[in-house]
Amino acid sequence: MTTLADPGTVSRFDALIAADERIEPRDEMPEAYRSTLIRQIAQHAHSEIIGMQPEGNWLTRAPSLRRKAILLAKVQDEAGHGLYLYAAAETLGVSRGELLDALHAGRQRYSSIFNYPTLTWADVGAIGWLVDGAAIVNQIPLTRCSYGPYARAMVRVCQEESFHQRQGYESLHTLAHGTESQRAMAQDAVDRWWWPSLMMFGPPDSASTHTSKSAAWKIKRHSNDELRQRFVDLCVPQAEVLGLGLPDPDLRWNEATGHYEYGEIDWSEFKAVLDGDGPCNRQRIERRTAAHRDGQWVREAAEAYRTKRTGAAR
Amino acid sequence: MNEANLDLWEVFVRARRGLSHQHVGSLHAPDAEVALRRARDLYTRRGEGVSIWVVPSGAVSASDPGEKEPYFTPARDKDYRYPTYYELPREVRGL
Repeated sequence: MTTLADPGTVSRFDALIAADERIEPRDEMPEAYRSTLIRQIAQHAHSEIIGMQPEGNWLTRAPSLRRKAILLAKVQDEAGHGLYLYAAAETLGVSRGELLDALHAGRQRYSSIFNYPTLTWADVGAIGWLVDGAAIVNQIPLTRCSYGPYARAMVRVCQEESFHQRQGYESLHTLAHGTESQRAMAQDAVDRWWWPSLMMFGPPDSASTHTSKSAAWKIKRHSNDELRQRFVDLCVPQAEVLGLGLPDPDLRWNEATGHYEYGEIDWSEFKAVLDGDGPCNRQRIERRTAAHRDGQWVREAAEAYRTKRTGAAR
Repeated sequence: MNEANLDLWEVFVRARRGLSHQHVGSLHAPDAEVALRRARDLYTRRGEGVSIWVVPSGAVSASDPGEKEPYFTPARDKDYRYPTYYELPREVRGL
């Protein structure tokens, strides 16, 4: 992989982008394209593995064996998604170890949605429906992203993510049609997860610092606000089928635009959570670094095994 | 010592009998046996394959992507290698 900034390099890269061709690992690419992708793919990978925590919280307390098996499979998928994405990032010349260090030291971020707590069993359903639903809306266009390995990883992720969303919706639907207290628990979960899910699409277009360059490089094919609108339009009728309300008094159908209008998002909350003041920021990173530390002996055993098998130490 | 020090392996999966193995991604593993087991866990959780190959990434030799034009042109400018190059009488059938 070359990252020269000479005019020949840039024009070949630009020509590939203009022709809507994919950039592959050994192609020459501008340094800023490479670093933008590393930042985005790493943040995405980190989100997958940190995202195992809020749901893992309910693995031992799932209400039935069926729900437990489903949740285990989902959390295992999130680990797999993290690995696909770390592998995609590694094709850009960065090591997984460096990326994990950056996560643990707070130099790279993960989606702020995972800094909210999962207070009840219904939260697992709400995460599947809303959080995974928002992730799907965000990720489908990424299957056509200009960087080949990232786009291919997204194809696999999207195929698997569909099960995540459906199991969440089914679980919420069951609760919403159960006893009065189960219904109330489902409504409470939706009330708490709705606004953070809308924030998952990132700052409004007027304030987003990354959108324009990423759009020119065909990393990002739609703006934050476009994707957020698409998500709202999908969710409103789905909420009606659930028989649950969405916590926004300004939510209404606009005949003229053919879209649902929604209320003002509290961006100060988004910024606070992003800056580390969410309910679970510290806990998530502490848990992650502890898991990494506790897994050290496994990595050492693997290395010792390799040395024993091949007779070559590094 | 870190996971990243372990060798990188490229994973190929045969989706079903009759098809060739296709590249699906990569992973880190200490040896081929563990690489195969990890590939099964990572890339075939939903019956995506009936056979897996793992190949050390360093063992793959690749053409230079920058050489695209000169390297691959010879095949393209020999259009007599394609069936559409030939003009045949209109009335002929089965060709």
